[in-house]
Amino acid sequence: MERDGERIEITISSRFENIELVQVIAEHLCENAGVDEDGSHWIGMAVREAVANAIKHGNKLDVGKKVHATFLLRGHELEITVADQGEGFDPAKVSDPLNPQNLMKTSGRGIFYMKTFMDAVHYSFHPGGGTSLVMTKNLAKGSGIASTKT
Amino acid sequence: MKATTRSAGNNITIIKLDGKITIGAGDQQLREVISNAISAGNTNILLDLSGVTTIDSSGIGELVGSYTTATNRGGKLKLLHLPAKLNELLHVTQLITVFEVYENEDEAVKSF
Repeated sequence: MERDGERIEITISSRFENIELVQVIAEHLCENAGVDEDGSHWIGMAVREAVANAIKHGNKLDVGKKVHATFLLRGHELEITVADQGEGFDPAKVSDPLNPQNLMKTSGRGIFYMKTFMDAVHYSFHPGGGTSLVMTKNLAKGSGIASTKT
Repeated sequence: MKATTRSAGNNITIIKLDGKITIGAGDQQLREVISNAISAGNTNILLDLSGVTTIDSSGIGELVGSYTTATNRGGKLKLLHLPAKLNELLHVTQLITVFEVYENEDEAVKSF
């Protein structure tokens, strides 16, 4: 089914129960584009992590602040943008969960999972406030995650 | 998330988890279930994860925290019936090297 140029946008308030709404959109978009169940699941997971971070770390659980997600399908490439209204952060200060010193930490794996499940993850921070995360995935490249990719 | 607890004898508690272990939905509940078990003196815990439908990084963090809590109290926490996708999540973060994972309950209980 030809889905080139399909664009879906959703804005949610910063409540954890809204995460699944965005995740389901991602998974359905992938399935409709012909991605198998596994592939759709992992992309949905990346979106879940991105939205959770936007709510918790970006908007600090302020329900008055919004998270805006955009899904854009161009050919085989899916581009997902998740934007919050927070103050931003320094990506260089995010710890590496694979470092043995961090292995037993109870947090800090969200960005790692996003980078594992997607082809690219980029952050931009807006001068007036707000962070935008852009993730891309070539849907034709197969559904494996890093542990199973050849 | 629903947690069902039963004793397997020899001071081993089996806690079966059903549903989501995600941020704001299940992660806090898991922490409480483990805390309650350990407070009651049940420090050898086998988590049956066969009913877990969704888990995110927050849920993974709570599994790690539960492991640390049990270990710090002189006990052990092991995993039973790991769903395939949870297995992959533990693999990519190398946490599969931390947990003992079993597919057979009898074998898991004997391992404590």
